[in-house]
Amino acid sequence: MNADGNEALSRRGFLAISAATLGGVMLAPGIRLIEIAGARAPEQGVSKQVRWGLLIDTNKCAPGCDDCVKACATENGLKQSGYTRTDAQWIRKVELKDKRTGRASSVPVMCQHCEHPPCVDVCPTGASFKRADGIVLVDRHICIGCRYCMMACPYKARSIVFEAITEQNPDVPRGQGCAEACTLCVHRVDREQQPACVEACTKAGHNAMLFGDLNDPHSEIAQRVAKYASTQIRADFKLNPGVRYQGL
Amino acid sequence: MGASFIYRELAGPSPRYWGLLALLGVPLALAAGAYFYMEHYGHIVTGMDNQIVWGVPHVFALFLVVAATGVLNIAMAASVFGKAVYRPVAPLSALVSLAILTGGLALLMLDLGRSDRMIVAITQLNPESLFALRVIFYDGFMASVGVYLWFLLERRMNRYIKPAAIVAFLWQLLLITTTGLEFGFNFRAAYDTLLYAPMFIAYAAAYGTAVFVLILFAVCAWEERPLPEALSGRLKKLLGISVGASLFFTVLFLGSKYELVRSREVARFFLFDGGVYTALLWLGQIALGAVVPLALLWRAQISRASLTAASALVVLGGLAQMYVTLIGGQAYPQILFPGMLESSSFFDGEIHPYTPSVPELLLSLGGVALAAALIAVALRALALLPERLDQAARAQA
Repeated sequence: MNADGNEALSRRGFLAISAATLGGVMLAPGIRLIEIAGARAPEQGVSKQVRWGLLIDTNKCAPGCDDCVKACATENGLKQSGYTRTDAQWIRKVELKDKRTGRASSVPVMCQHCEHPPCVDVCPTGASFKRADGIVLVDRHICIGCRYCMMACPYKARSIVFEAITEQNPDVPRGQGCAEACTLCVHRVDREQQPACVEACTKAGHNAMLFGDLNDPHSEIAQRVAKYASTQIRADFKLNPGVRYQGL
Repeated sequence: MGASFIYRELAGPSPRYWGLLALLGVPLALAAGAYFYMEHYGHIVTGMDNQIVWGVPHVFALFLVVAATGVLNIAMAASVFGKAVYRPVAPLSALVSLAILTGGLALLMLDLGRSDRMIVAITQLNPESLFALRVIFYDGFMASVGVYLWFLLERRMNRYIKPAAIVAFLWQLLLITTTGLEFGFNFRAAYDTLLYAPMFIAYAAAYGTAVFVLILFAVCAWEERPLPEALSGRLKKLLGISVGASLFFTVLFLGSKYELVRSREVARFFLFDGGVYTALLWLGQIALGAVVPLALLWRAQISRASLTAASALVVLGGLAQMYVTLIGGQAYPQILFPGMLESSSFFDGEIHPYTPSVPELLLSLGGVALAAALIAVALRALALLPERLDQAARAQA
């Protein structure tokens, strides 16, 4: 009997250990992945109380300086293929000269993260969307590459990926045939960091770019736009971009 | 439908008919090859770039979509507005409309950056997007024209032809108006005017009538089906009025762009400084596509050859117009800072160049071949055209 009982226990014990091991093998990677992904809880999600924006002081932005452009390319894995007409450009320096007075200025132009984005209005699948905090993004899973957003954007902010991409930045997935544009470095913003262009501009001592919450009256950006005159590109379109320019 | 007509499908099987299908198979096979090539390597193998994002496939697709809505005018004139002379050809009008719309939509789908996600385009609709609503408009148009065609062909349903035709007419109006509005609502300097809506209605009427004349004459010549003078006379008038209306709206559009100081530069670009676009506008769209056809159509009695020539010129002028509107409109720079000279690594302030690549052209011709093949197969399978179109004239006389 005893011998039989021990045998039964050992079998039960074996099954229990096997089940525990199997469960551990199956569940542990999932738990570990959740930990790595660090997804926020629903109550910590983005809020429409926030309106992320940029203020660009064109008086401090030097012609020919492209620190912001380089930082964007490095951060988001945008590589030069040699075909400039088909290379994606999420931010570019536009050199301006007033036709009447001859006054020259230089401004970085990227997705203007409009309050009423035409790219979102025209997108047939809803791949172009605006987050609650005002950041305009492309859902690469449902973008069909129709390029209607590129036709509709009055700021020429969007690019399409013309060929297969290798060695991508894991934080910024991109894909052949999908439209894309400045994400305001949403992956950094969600980690409470500054967009790469702003960080590079500040690090180099230019201080021409300021990032912050336009809705927070205590933020530096909100105080600056309240105190000094700033403009939006093609304000006549009434799209209320989140990017504002000083000194234009 | 008048009882005096005997509807017959194309005779066959004949070596001539199979030869025609085989001939259409060549551009279809080439287009399939071009599609897979573009799909595999990406749009890098096209002439498109980040400035000219819609190329020649869209030119052909838009032409086919616009013409498809216009072709239906013949059937609508018969079934909604009671023009008896068009009644015998109403089924052909509905069929051609469906076939060339299919050709145009196939092009739009095959030119997507991610054409493998076509199912997403159908299942995920952004209800706020005019572009997404057009998916519903296309479906509704096809369904309503399909039902209308069925009622035309099914004797028991003949009494419901008029209500079905009215529904199809409303979808037609919705589809062509929103096609124009897609440009009208766009911020680009070349677009941005609601004139595009009525202008595209006129273009649709002109291109649709021209395409219909060419197909009707081709089918009648294929089997030597007699065509009454009354019908070709009416088609001549319809084509003349449509081309006249198109020219009127073109002049109004360019004139108003030029007259308003804020848009004068873009009007100057199209009218004088646009290189290939200026040449295509004046020589293609206006001279060959409108003035010469109007001169040909002006006479009281014209030969079938003249009407065919006028229709062919209207089609060529239509393709020129779509190229000017679509590619020219993108080639003209977007103005971000009015009053300033702009330059950048992203080609701000510059006229953007575009040269269509061979795969793009092959894909585009495939869309036309698909429409033609659908018409050929449908005419062989279904009795869509009377054996003798001149019977009506005799019966009514």
